[in-house]
Amino acid sequence: MTPNGASGRRPDGAAFIIALGLVALGALLVWDGGRIPDKAGYSGVGPGDVPKLIGYALVLLGIGTAIEGWRNPGPKRAKQHPVPLLWLLGGMVVMVASIHTIGFVLGSTILFTCAAAAFGERRFHVAIPSGLGLGLFIYAVFDVLLQLNLPGGPIEMAIFGR
Amino acid sequence: MDTFSFLMQGLATAFEPMMLLYALIGVTLGTAVGVLPGIGPALTVALLLPVTYGLDAAGSLIMFAGIYYGGMYGGSTTSILLNTPGESASVITALEGNKMARSGRGGPALATAAIGSFVAGLIATLLLAFLAPHVVKLALVFGPREYFALMVLAFVTVSAAFGESALKGLVSLFIGLALAMVGIDQLTGQTRLSFGVPQLLDGIEVTTLAVAMFALGEALFVAAQGPGNEGAVLAIKGRVKMTAQDWSRSWKAWLRGTGIGFPIGSMPAGGADIASFLSYATERNLTKHPEEFGKGAIEGVAGPEAANNAAAAGTLVPLLTLGLPTTATAAIMLAGFQQFGLQPGPLLFVTAPDLVWGLIASLLVANVMLLVLNLPLIRFWILLLKIPQPWLYGGILVFATLGTLGVNPSPVELTMLVLFGTLGYLMRLYGYPIAPVVVGLILGPMAEQQLRRALSISQGDPMTLVQSPIAAVLLALAAVALILPMILRARGRGDVLAQVGQAED
Repeated sequence: MTPNGASGRRPDGAAFIIALGLVALGALLVWDGGRIPDKAGYSGVGPGDVPKLIGYALVLLGIGTAIEGWRNPGPKRAKQHPVPLLWLLGGMVVMVASIHTIGFVLGSTILFTCAAAAFGERRFHVAIPSGLGLGLFIYAVFDVLLQLNLPGGPIEMAIFGR
Repeated sequence: MDTFSFLMQGLATAFEPMMLLYALIGVTLGTAVGVLPGIGPALTVALLLPVTYGLDAAGSLIMFAGIYYGGMYGGSTTSILLNTPGESASVITALEGNKMARSGRGGPALATAAIGSFVAGLIATLLLAFLAPHVVKLALVFGPREYFALMVLAFVTVSAAFGESALKGLVSLFIGLALAMVGIDQLTGQTRLSFGVPQLLDGIEVTTLAVAMFALGEALFVAAQGPGNEGAVLAIKGRVKMTAQDWSRSWKAWLRGTGIGFPIGSMPAGGADIASFLSYATERNLTKHPEEFGKGAIEGVAGPEAANNAAAAGTLVPLLTLGLPTTATAAIMLAGFQQFGLQPGPLLFVTAPDLVWGLIASLLVANVMLLVLNLPLIRFWILLLKIPQPWLYGGILVFATLGTLGVNPSPVELTMLVLFGTLGYLMRLYGYPIAPVVVGLILGPMAEQQLRRALSISQGDPMTLVQSPIAAVLLALAAVALILPMILRARGRGDVLAQVGQAED
């Protein structure tokens, strides 16, 4: 056993990437805060100052994360399965890209089917009709009854006439 | 008028048929989400926010509070029968409750959880009613600098005081604060961090962030662990009933749990998880049956369950009187108030007494409803645990999109949903807590406003922040809450804090 225990590698690669991300986010806030004309008025604190403060804090936290990742590498993480992740994210992305043309019902059918597939339900002849049914039910309750304005498409036009 | 007559008036509001219906919907939904693993009260309130735009303000808020209470009740069922907590405050219940269910005493475990929740909810709601007007009086002497100090204290306790690492908590908090900067500055009208995208000018919706982080992030995380992580549901053997011995061992634990839970919930000191953990530790020290702890001691179920319900009621004290949310659920409920143009705080008790007292009184009603839902009808809720994972998460995600579409059906909003969902997954993967992001997003702009107001009043002198005794004490407490846990962790006592810090709801 190493002095750090059985956990982790040295140095912790993920911690450095997180640290980089934090420093980048902090730098973005500092840059954007500096871009804003100074209208501090009586308070001495203008609209750009708090973002700058948060930006500097993020940079410090990023440096802290890097140091922590060097000194105490985190425990080894459980193996992540990429296939279900891809199903789920893919379903989200396709749904986001298409929902305004194909409408809420078909969009949520795609999302439901992909999510079910991500959790191991690959019988599409069961999942697709279930998603369709759920989408129609939600559209009927929330758009027609509760007047929530959900995106419509061909199916919504044909059934609900809007 | 005194508290008692206000409360009577509130009860009159709460017994209007429509209000009873809203409360019933709230507690039913709350129990359902409490029972279902993977969704908690914070997410449910976030999902329902857009749906309630067109509905009655008082009714919607009563429904949200019902969800919060119901989530605390329902969570215990899952902990006891599945050993997977339905919501984070029930982690402790799983320790003893699941052991009791395994040894065939699931019935008494469920009964002591439900009755304990009822006793605690009742006492804590009454305490809320009688304490709130006094806190309101105190709040009237609060100026911008005191509010700012209070928010700093809330930031520290939510992010850094508990959990496995102060660094990770602070990182989460500052990500939330950074996101809070997006949009138009409330004092000068300057646009910040919007990069010319018009949809960003209104800032980032709390609903979108909460739904993305809690629903999509959680779904991605569970999916990425691969198949075969579903637990088996234990059947309830025997009746959901307690013997005389169970009663005599439970009632003191309920009262102690309430006594621990309510103050912890009502101070900006973290939420129900900490209360239930402390209650468990107390029961373990005081018990006459130490040999049963770890093998299914009924006190270990009764105390923590009472504590987490009392803490949920306690959380409403700072939320209603100061407008200060101390948990993620409370933060989203605050967004709910703002949606109806209401700003919780001392003024709300003057401008909308019907609403405030109606809300408090209907919590008493909701508590009675929950006892009925959770004792005689318990077997119905257990059926929810048999929904297969693919259908459950498919449904959750469709509802999550619905929530975002209801706020703002723009492609930008949906893209943010996907991005924040991925962020939520990565944060879970690397052990960063989620709740501080949500609290940072909603409290960030408020804290900034109070800070700049305080500095305007003092014409830019930062010493003003510590020149009022109340503000100085609050800031000192924040410093202690930040530094003390760091010392404890450095001395290797951090495992206790890590166990407590599962704060999600």
